[in-house]
Amino acid sequence: MDAILNRNNFARFQSLIALFLLCLGLSILSDKFLSVSNLWNVMRQISANICISTGMTLIVLTAGIDLSVGSVLALCGAITAGLLKNGIEVPANNLYIGFTILGAILAGVLTGSFLGAFNGWAITRFKVPPFVATLAMLTVARGFTMLWTGGFPISGLGDTFLYFGTGWLLGIPVPVWISVLVVGIAVFVTNKTRIGRYIYAIGGNESASRLSGINVDRVKIIVYTIAGGLAAVGGIMVTSRLDSAQPNAGMSYELDSIAAVVIGGTSLSGGRGSIMGTVQGAIIIGVLNNGLVLLNVSPFWQQVVKGLVILLAVIIDKSNSKNE
Amino acid sequence: MTEVETAVLEVRHITKKFPGVTALEDVSLSIEAGKVTALIGENGAGKSTLMKVLSGVYQDFEGEIHYKGELVKFTGPKDAQQQGVVIIHQELNLIPYLSITENIFLGRELVTQYGTMDKSRMRRKTQELLDRLKLKVNPESPVFKLKVGQQQVVEIAKALLTDAELIIMDEPTSAITGSEVEVLFEIIEDLRKANKAIVYISHKLDELFSIADNYAVLRDGKVIERGKMEGMTHDKLISKMVGRTIEVMRKTSGTDKQEALLEVRNLNLRHKVRKDNVLKDISFDVKRGEIVGLFGLMGAGRTELLETIFGLHASHASGRVLMQGEQLCCDSPARAIAAGLALVPEDRKKDGLVLGLDVKTNISLTTLPDLEKLGTLNDTQECALADKYIGELKIKTPSRTQQAKNLSGGNQQKIVLAKWLATKPKLLLLDEPTRGIDINAKSEIYKLIIGLADQGLGILVVSSELPEILALSDRILVMAEGRLTGEFTAAEASEDAILKRAIVSMSE
Repeated sequence: MDAILNRNNFARFQSLIALFLLCLGLSILSDKFLSVSNLWNVMRQISANICISTGMTLIVLTAGIDLSVGSVLALCGAITAGLLKNGIEVPANNLYIGFTILGAILAGVLTGSFLGAFNGWAITRFKVPPFVATLAMLTVARGFTMLWTGGFPISGLGDTFLYFGTGWLLGIPVPVWISVLVVGIAVFVTNKTRIGRYIYAIGGNESASRLSGINVDRVKIIVYTIAGGLAAVGGIMVTSRLDSAQPNAGMSYELDSIAAVVIGGTSLSGGRGSIMGTVQGAIIIGVLNNGLVLLNVSPFWQQVVKGLVILLAVIIDKSNSKNE
Repeated sequence: MTEVETAVLEVRHITKKFPGVTALEDVSLSIEAGKVTALIGENGAGKSTLMKVLSGVYQDFEGEIHYKGELVKFTGPKDAQQQGVVIIHQELNLIPYLSITENIFLGRELVTQYGTMDKSRMRRKTQELLDRLKLKVNPESPVFKLKVGQQQVVEIAKALLTDAELIIMDEPTSAITGSEVEVLFEIIEDLRKANKAIVYISHKLDELFSIADNYAVLRDGKVIERGKMEGMTHDKLISKMVGRTIEVMRKTSGTDKQEALLEVRNLNLRHKVRKDNVLKDISFDVKRGEIVGLFGLMGAGRTELLETIFGLHASHASGRVLMQGEQLCCDSPARAIAAGLALVPEDRKKDGLVLGLDVKTNISLTTLPDLEKLGTLNDTQECALADKYIGELKIKTPSRTQQAKNLSGGNQQKIVLAKWLATKPKLLLLDEPTRGIDINAKSEIYKLIIGLADQGLGILVVSSELPEILALSDRILVMAEGRLTGEFTAAEASEDAILKRAIVSMSE
């Protein structure tokens, strides 16, 4: 019992407490909030953000950042949708390659991983600051999305594909299953494996890590690759849920994702934080979004409130770490 | 009672603790107007901490500060400054791309009646100050263009602008040369005549005899003695400062000293930007079980030599490095570790430890691949490893899960040693292994080093403390300006002889 009441533990649970209070408030203010269908709906909506934010957490733990996740999400969703619907036609050779659902998804995830790896390569090989390298990728990936889609949504992807975004398995939405799987693996990796340890060490002190024989560049490239792949997974979820790949999908998703990471208590200077914290952060943002809609708050005010919540979360986190 | 009457500032029973270490213990001191008070003590004696207490940087300490006869509690450096206590730090606090004028008036700019900056008046004032300090430079030139000595003078000008009553100078001559030192001393002389109180911190004892009136010796956070400089001798001061000779003397045991472990042949290292070489044609051996001390002044290339052997500058180095007769081709720390090398870096906070991680994680950081089973880290094994070294090296920590940043310098250094010993090295490269740690921890680390050599490790230790080099080494190498300039056996080495070799080529 002592351990639970201990200060540090309180800090760890405080986003859970915030979430609880938020839910309590919303269930008093709105009779629709605390219904099974609404709650599953919220979880379904935030699954994509949880996937993206998991990758983002790994990057932020190494003291990096990835601004390109939203664009990468859009491009990979569009590639999966395009391949699934149209395949690849090469008129000159009279060639047509069709894609199975699995093939199309694999192609999307590989594209995301490749773009992430490219980010990592630019950051480690040329010492480009992550902010700049991924800002460039944000624009590039969005441009490719426009080129690939011609600026129009790709819709009508078939019922089987929609299962990934809208289906149910054992009474739980499929995207929730996917995000639980992703989070589970990430928690295992960060806590139990060598690369997980290296991620924390590099974020805590890159120079000491390098001198300790850790291949810092390789770890970073791996982390950005994972984040790219997870952005693609998010993109496929969103595409499947909407039965459509929108050319402007994922706009400003990087901000929601960074917000989830930060609200979850991960330090933007690296080395401190956790995947589970980020999950809590993502749920808080999701519930907040949902609640504001249920309460008929105008979308403009929603943005204001969301911004202030992020600021508040960081201020609380700062004052905690000062007291440590 | 006469002391109290003339004292501008008096500290009474000041104690300041950091996690794991007491930096100041019951320090009392009075500083008189119109006098230069020299504050002396070894590295880590507590001088900097005391100055930070006096100038308002630290506000949480036990004890009292009386300033001009009144009990004061500075709320910060700015408050202290406004009341007339100014500190000139060893690391200069100037903003490189701003001009001298802008730096001097930073935070207290003069404004015209319209609320805009009164540039001409500020420039005129700056010019006056610079004239008074005999610094012949344009007040409008950016600070980064000045020499370090000139920057020092700008810092003093900043202090004079505020009409300081008490000026604290922390190692003001550490980066300046002969003629600049003379100018500085003239300035200090003028300040003394203007009845200002000056606290002067320096390692260079000779300087103190020419300018200081009073002295106070700090050792291990305590004031050991204070008094008048008059009648004091160099040797007496040193004996008070040191108060000890290093006890653990290395006796050359002579066993197994023939087998060369490390052979360095014609090692050169190009400067990263400039054309010249940082290391010039360096050749030497380290045998099994031997402690080789490497002495040199700042910038002699000692750290670079260790780093080059460790493979950190592979693309700029030429020459051969052999371990047990085999050519080393280290181009990354991982390969160096695999070859049996370990480097304990000079700056443990910057390069040695991940301060935010715990003791256990820091110790195991170099050997994680060995602790892995089926892709998962073995927690039991990792804890066992940490406990082993916490015990063997007597690391004082509440638990293995304590964050490294909460431990004292000596214990932090032991963690760095532990994580390198865990790699089972054959050759240990130690860069200033006792920098900034207290005396007890130092002697423990000496014993450890000697014990490791007795186990057959080759050890190359860089130190700028001569007593340390003399006490530890079987053989001593001296470097100056990137060259090896001397080699002594433990028997023939003396402080004088070593220093001569370290300085000799500087004038060439």
